Amino acid sequence: MTIEYRLPELGEEIDTGDVISVYVSLGDTVSEEQPLMEIETDKAAIEVPSPAAGVIKEIHVADGETIKVGQLLVTIEDGVDGHKNTAVSEGTAQGQTEEPEHKVDEETIEEEIASEPETTPEERINTSSVQEEEEKAEQAQEPQKENIEPQVKEASSQPPPASPSIRRLARELGIDINKVIGTGPGERISEADLKASTGSQKKAKEPEAETPAPGKESQAKTKTRPRSEPGKEERVKMSKVRKLTAERLTEAWKAPHVTQYDKADITELEKLRKQYGSTVGKAGGKLTMTSILIKVVAKTLKEFPEMNASVDMENSEIVYKHYYNIGIAVDTDRGLLVPVVKDAGKKNITELSIELADISERARNKKITANELRGGTFTITNLGGIGGTYFSPVLNAPQVGILGVSRSQTEPVYLEEEFVPRLMLPLSLSYDHRLVDGANAVRFLHSVIERLEEPLSWFLKIN
Amino acid sequence: MSDKKNSTDIAIIGAGPGGYPCAFLAADLGIEVTLIDPEEDPGGVCLYRGCIPSKALLHAAKVITESDHATNLGIDFGKPKINLDKLRDWKDRVVQKLVRGLGQLSKQRDISYMRGRAEFLDSNTLIVKKEGGDEEELSFGRAVIATGSRPSVIPSFPKSQGILNSTTAIDLPVIPKTMLVVGGGYIGLELGTVYASLGTRVSVVEMTSGLMPGVDRDLVRVLQKSAESIYEEIILDTKVVGIEETKNGLTVSFESKDGGETRSNFDKVLVSVGRKPNSEGLGLENTKVEVDRAGFIKVNEERRTTEPGIFAIGDVAGEPMLAHKATHEGRVVAEILAGKKSAFEPTAIPAVVFTDPEIAWCGLTESEAKEKNIPVKVARFPWGASGRAATLDRRDGTTKLIVDPETERVLGMGIVGPGAGELIAEGVLAIEMAALASDIELSIHPHPTLSETVMESAEVFYGQSTHVYKPKRNR
Repeated sequence: MTIEYRLPELGEEIDTGDVISVYVSLGDTVSEEQPLMEIETDKAAIEVPSPAAGVIKEIHVADGETIKVGQLLVTIEDGVDGHKNTAVSEGTAQGQTEEPEHKVDEETIEEEIASEPETTPEERINTSSVQEEEEKAEQAQEPQKENIEPQVKEASSQPPPASPSIRRLARELGIDINKVIGTGPGERISEADLKASTGSQKKAKEPEAETPAPGKESQAKTKTRPRSEPGKEERVKMSKVRKLTAERLTEAWKAPHVTQYDKADITELEKLRKQYGSTVGKAGGKLTMTSILIKVVAKTLKEFPEMNASVDMENSEIVYKHYYNIGIAVDTDRGLLVPVVKDAGKKNITELSIELADISERARNKKITANELRGGTFTITNLGGIGGTYFSPVLNAPQVGILGVSRSQTEPVYLEEEFVPRLMLPLSLSYDHRLVDGANAVRFLHSVIERLEEPLSWFLKIN
Repeated sequence: MSDKKNSTDIAIIGAGPGGYPCAFLAADLGIEVTLIDPEEDPGGVCLYRGCIPSKALLHAAKVITESDHATNLGIDFGKPKINLDKLRDWKDRVVQKLVRGLGQLSKQRDISYMRGRAEFLDSNTLIVKKEGGDEEELSFGRAVIATGSRPSVIPSFPKSQGILNSTTAIDLPVIPKTMLVVGGGYIGLELGTVYASLGTRVSVVEMTSGLMPGVDRDLVRVLQKSAESIYEEIILDTKVVGIEETKNGLTVSFESKDGGETRSNFDKVLVSVGRKPNSEGLGLENTKVEVDRAGFIKVNEERRTTEPGIFAIGDVAGEPMLAHKATHEGRVVAEILAGKKSAFEPTAIPAVVFTDPEIAWCGLTESEAKEKNIPVKVARFPWGASGRAATLDRRDGTTKLIVDPETERVLGMGIVGPGAGELIAEGVLAIEMAALASDIELSIHPHPTLSETVMESAEVFYGQSTHVYKPKRNR
């Protein structure tokens, strides 16, 4: 099929670049990832790799030309049958067609969930290369994909590239040296490589690929993972999103977390919300507790700069942010994404409602951009729609605060000497205790709650 | 307890370069060992009748030839006077010194040494026919067969004083006026070199079309050139079909490949057509040990035979029949006997021919690569470009590396020239370490030495050799 390859996102606030040199010519056969051209932006010179293997049918740009993100670069004929008009097929189980303009999705998810705020445009990731990395990272013993062929070829015609002492060590450790992937020059196997392979080789016996992957994720057949008992266990390869989420959370978890639980009486607020719902609806948004919370939190953060900062332990510095970008956790079928509402303090609730509805929808439909998944200073995660009373959210590193929202319940509350039914919203504020002390965290949360509980008086003061 | 030992943990049959290192390491690892050999001290063929005495004599030969060539440098020694008895005596003393040293080492390690020949009565019992005549039964936990090999004999040849084999030739009974070496392999050529230097007119007859069959032709070519000036005649593509003892020596009948028949007379004939493993007469039929058609004992990578408690190492266990291979096997088996996980799996075994010039190789040879269709790149460095070779007045040499063109791994090395035998060890290490050509290139080799030729071969691989201009397209 024909692939129309457009210039992917190059980075934050970078829209254009200059073509320094087009490497390929019409009719050239290119392999996946092969550099097609070199582009220079304000920040760097980058090579644009081919999204797929195929033949160059048309080249739409020339040396010296200034091009824009999304601009058509080349047309590639990849000789594959199919109705999909994309080069990148998603590796996740539910991955379907994507419009060429949004090929960048994989990259964006990567970028967001990876901790680096700076992105290098090289993260032009498509399925196979990410799988490659996944495999390498998991210290796969067998080369599963064509790109890693050399290992297999070598093993059959030559003895393993390992010095005698390493071969001996392998024998003593019970490792099959022929299955170890060496990371030294010429794929030389070092002691570290041996140790790295012990994990995967422990129960390894021979080949049967026992991972029947539901979906396209597990193209990789693992020969040396512990066998799963058929019928009792099932091994499924992690999707990109899952893997990156897992990695990110592992990092985030390093901060000392404390969670402060409390409830806000939103009986009045709820009335207002219902009252103005249609107005906001007509404007194109949906007035939800979350969109209200965004405003409340953004304004409260201004008074508690500590909650809108991050910690730099290396330099022993606190980074106070003077902008308020609230990330909203969105559950999508690919996993957890956190699109960010930028400058939440400057927008009114109607605007916030519109924006929130839009980015949530685009996050679910894989139409979100890299920029929109980046740059948050605080996060709100609302599981109320699903249920539950309290939970302890994990910080979205490097942020120091995250507000978890659970399902509001009508509860009897003792007010003015009697029990009255009130609508109570459970809130769970997790914070990084390295920077935020308990007292301040409670004060912050109470401020938020105050505003939720007395909406009218607050709305009167709002600017 | 009787003072006669009748049981042992490990019985090692044969104290040659396989048996004695096995015994020594096993003892060092705490195992009780009995070493059995017909000689008074350990050493085997290598020490008593092979490697050591032949190299001693070859050293003498080298001294003679070099002094002869010194006329080139303006130094004239005239014709040397050779005292054969003194030479023989010196050689014998070299051997004695070494084997006695081994005997000492054996005693220091408390190894029980039995002088005699052993045969298996069953899988756990040996009968040792001792030197004095009496026999002794010895039961063992495990055994190692290291009985080595013997020179092959051509049955149709008569038994005659004039027909020598490698053992008898090394004894230097006499310096014959003429000698025919049957078999152009390394033993024949080495011994031929010795006798030629001592003044014998030596002819060599070889069945195949070149000397040293199996060795890369480019290396042999250099040797052959020099051989042509040492030997009276090199007869290729020819078989010996008969030897007749006459009053004044031996008459040998030749048949060449194209059918031609000739006869010549020689004072002595040295038969060096190969060696046979010593697997007969050991009583192996009383055990589960199996032997292949060529007479080698079948072993796995642990050197374990088909009888689980019996191991076999050295020449009797298979090719290459080289002392250092036997030693390595012996040490592997010692480790296994001590309970360690060990195996014989070297990636390179060197081989050296101590002619002049020497030939040495290790790992994959060019011929093998061609035969097995393994893609290789051969990087050759001619000694004509070597400074050191020039100072030795010996520019007849070549060093070559056989390299994997894709991974740049060193797969083999071949050297011809004086000192090749000493230089090849670097190649073995490189191959075992899975070194790349760049690893050798980037290792500083001292100047001016012949070892530089190894480094420069690596440079040739990249088309960037300092002393050889041979540019490559891309690195």
